[in-house]
Amino acid sequence: MFLPASAPARRTRRLPNQWDLAALLFVLGALAAFGHGAAGTLAPIDAPEATRLTLAAADLPYYALRTVMRMLAAMAASLLFTFAFATLAAKSRRAGAVLVPLLDILQSVPILGFLSFTIAFFMGLFPGQVLGLELAAIFAIFTSQAWNMAFAMYQSLTTLPQDLVEATRAYRLTAWQRFWRLEVPFAMPGLVWNMVLSMSGGWFFVVASEAITLGDATWRLPGIGSYVALALEQRDLGAIGLAVLAMGLVILAYDQLLFRPLVAWSGKFRFETTAGANAPDPWVLALLRRTRVLRRAAEALGTGLAAIGSLRLRLPALPLGLRFRLGLPRQGRSRIAMGRAGDLAFGLAVAALAGLAFWRLADYVAAAVSWGELGEVLLLALFTLLRVAAMIGLASIVWLPVGAWLGRRPALTRLAQPVIQFLAAFPANLLFPPFVVGIVHFGLSPEIWLSPLMVLGTQWYILFNVIAASAALPGDLAEAASTLRLSGWLWWRRVMWPAILPAYVTGAITASGGAWNAAIVAEVAAWGDTKLVASGLGAYIAQATEAGDFPRIALGVAVMVVFVVVINRLLWRPLAAFAARRATF
Amino acid sequence: MDHDILLEVRGCRQAYHKDSAADLVVLDDVNLTLRAGEIVGLLGRSGSGKSTLLRIVAGLLVPTQGEVRWRGAPIAGPAEGIAMVFQSFALFPWLTVQENVELGLEAQGVPRAERERRAEEAIALIGLGGFEGAYPKELSGGMRQRVGLARALVVHPDLLLMDEPFSALDVLTAETLRTDLIDLWSEGRLPARALLMVTHGIEEAVLMCDRILVFASNPGRVEHELRVTLPHPRNRHDPAFGHIVDDIYGMLTRRAPAPAPSRTIPADETGLATPLHPVSTNLMAGLLETLAAPPYRGRADLPALASALQLEVDDLLPLGEALALLRLAELAEGDLHLLEAGRSFVDADTEPRKLLFAEALRSHVRLAATIRRTLDERWNHRVPALRFRDELEDHMSPDYAEATLRAVIGWGRYAELFGYDEEADQFMLEDQEEG
Repeated sequence: MFLPASAPARRTRRLPNQWDLAALLFVLGALAAFGHGAAGTLAPIDAPEATRLTLAAADLPYYALRTVMRMLAAMAASLLFTFAFATLAAKSRRAGAVLVPLLDILQSVPILGFLSFTIAFFMGLFPGQVLGLELAAIFAIFTSQAWNMAFAMYQSLTTLPQDLVEATRAYRLTAWQRFWRLEVPFAMPGLVWNMVLSMSGGWFFVVASEAITLGDATWRLPGIGSYVALALEQRDLGAIGLAVLAMGLVILAYDQLLFRPLVAWSGKFRFETTAGANAPDPWVLALLRRTRVLRRAAEALGTGLAAIGSLRLRLPALPLGLRFRLGLPRQGRSRIAMGRAGDLAFGLAVAALAGLAFWRLADYVAAAVSWGELGEVLLLALFTLLRVAAMIGLASIVWLPVGAWLGRRPALTRLAQPVIQFLAAFPANLLFPPFVVGIVHFGLSPEIWLSPLMVLGTQWYILFNVIAASAALPGDLAEAASTLRLSGWLWWRRVMWPAILPAYVTGAITASGGAWNAAIVAEVAAWGDTKLVASGLGAYIAQATEAGDFPRIALGVAVMVVFVVVINRLLWRPLAAFAARRATF
Repeated sequence: MDHDILLEVRGCRQAYHKDSAADLVVLDDVNLTLRAGEIVGLLGRSGSGKSTLLRIVAGLLVPTQGEVRWRGAPIAGPAEGIAMVFQSFALFPWLTVQENVELGLEAQGVPRAERERRAEEAIALIGLGGFEGAYPKELSGGMRQRVGLARALVVHPDLLLMDEPFSALDVLTAETLRTDLIDLWSEGRLPARALLMVTHGIEEAVLMCDRILVFASNPGRVEHELRVTLPHPRNRHDPAFGHIVDDIYGMLTRRAPAPAPSRTIPADETGLATPLHPVSTNLMAGLLETLAAPPYRGRADLPALASALQLEVDDLLPLGEALALLRLAELAEGDLHLLEAGRSFVDADTEPRKLLFAEALRSHVRLAATIRRTLDERWNHRVPALRFRDELEDHMSPDYAEATLRAVIGWGRYAELFGYDEEADQFMLEDQEEG
């Protein structure tokens, strides 16, 4: 069932055709490359080859491969996490009451600030092995990808069409069958789209997490990010150019080979009952459908997977006590009374746990940091807030009119969309060096001129969303507006602005969240021995990381989380709710 | 024991627990015995609990009280031998026709080869041969419901449940599908031993069913039971057919003997909490004009009116009831006739109409009168709607309370009796300068 729609059984020869040859070379090549790359992760950390890097162009493809593999591993982990987490949150009322807000917080945690803790943890798990570092990097990417996927899946699971749920119950599908027949397919379009977004965001973190300095130790995992870090150290602009090129090719290949086919395929699961216009298949999917042997193999795989999905597995029955604690539905009449008592106990347990965690954290931080410093950190956070706000405002002023204008021109939109998607996926941190060189060269103030780096990668979300919304303005409304001869400011205020508002808010939320995260790498920049620092919370966290000062990292990260969550609650949420209420068609 | 008895429902009651007030009863003391070879229809207005009963029989809902026995054993969850057809078809858009039909067999663990064979049989029986590989979105509504039927029949159920199976289809398609289904049933080719269907179409029920249970609302209960002994295929123009339809219209519009005040619902002393249907004032005006004009000249037979206006019972009855509530028309024994106030309304122009409507609203709808009075008393002429919503919810379900509020908002706006600010969820008085 996870395979492209195939025509009803055709009785044709099963001999390979020319398309098979092309596709087969492809598959074999990929397998060989991954095998080669995987061997590198199992080396001990002090083996000469394991972490030594060169700036030789010939080594770059290998580094790119390692980066790609990290990305894939993180995506697989995110997918597993998504299935487990979303299912538990959606099926168990009590687990949902804790997990959903938790997800909201996790989304706001600056991953880069967090990296130092995870490295310490994974290095402890696999002492002296590259694998520990690999896992830490993969975990960092995972934390940048998993939350929104889990959230998308959770939302799908809570909005399952009631009639289909009843049908699966009336026809007595087991929970396992329902999962594969209804829940996963229904979630598929949203999930795939969020995988694309996650992947775009992930490149930024994969690059940032490969070269890590923690206290006196510096580790470099073979990868494009480390390559750039080395190039920065050695002031080699040519190597940086090469890395940018390699990254561009990797993203292009990912997009063409994986995402376009995946998105096109997931269209099959879109929950609509009318036949829409079908876009042509992306070439990879078309190639796969044209091959003979490969398609057979894929079909066999699909049949096998479908058979697993249709197994009459009953999910292992949890012991009654655990079911009760999780608030899963139970049979029985005294459900309500017991449910209330259980809710209370569950709530108390969660509150106690949260209180304990807070106390431990406060205790840990207070041992090293004075109250005065807390004030300073809050001030630094305000500086960063100012930067984020100014940059998002600036990006909005630039991209709102551009996006609205582009969206009204379908031919241009078609050209612009893939380019912007590419720009959004491109890890902006690879582009920092030219900026840094410029700032150093012209002697500009880092306090101001480092700020644009924060939105270098995330501004595209604003543009992207605005174009999509502007293009989606219903034709009859556009026609009504022109027959009423609305123009200029009135047209903006009454027609275009309400039409793009919800999408703009979504884009701005993504952009500002990304900007906070980027602050950690953008407020401190280095070019060889020259170091540029802008005062802000990001720089505070970055410097504490470099010094291996865990209490200060914890404090910085905690303050950042609080800021992001508060801004989300006070500004973005109400704005999004307003936009959804007032300005949807 | 009678071996023909498939299903027995005894003293079935369904109530939803509510925190603030008493239980909301949607179904009260329902009894039903179903034998092999019968087609039984559950007929009633929306909100009369007929779909709830069907879901209880399907094992999708557990009744608060009472007993449901399927082939002699109590039902716990969806039972073997019962299959269901949904109003919305409930087809999986990502599965082909064949895969949709196989779903029930797959759940039973039927081996693949047999699954395919039986699905093909069911698809052919229901007239969809050749469409096995199609996806639901490629099919018309009528064909989709055929897939729904094939999916239910492929498991060879003893009891086939149908939840308003034709109401999402256009008139012609629905008729074809009904005829095909009854033909298969009469010829004994339908692999099901009994049919239980929910409908709000009176003619549909008389056309198909051997026995009809007529439901009353609030709380939902079985008010009448009648047998239809006409042989299949039945003819809508047969006078006997028309008599039965007339009878049922009479049952549905008869001034209901005030339902015995349910023990759990607190009596509403103020008369504020009468459930209202949000019918559009435009439709009300249209119906009054139609009623005043020839050929009706002030009095119309509901079945005739329904077919002339292409309205279903579910649309026509709430409309008639709203007019009756406002004393613009009167509803009795399957007839609707115009009252004096209604006649004046039809003869008036736009502005006087609004005044007449406002007058009727203030005199006959306590809720509207109370809202207006409260607004007059407030210094800023604003009242949160929440206040009335809470009061309504003490006496009815949140859905009914919401519908009632929507009705009174629409009517109040038309009458210019008061306004409503959606953003703030408040009632308010508009500027009253012009008087």
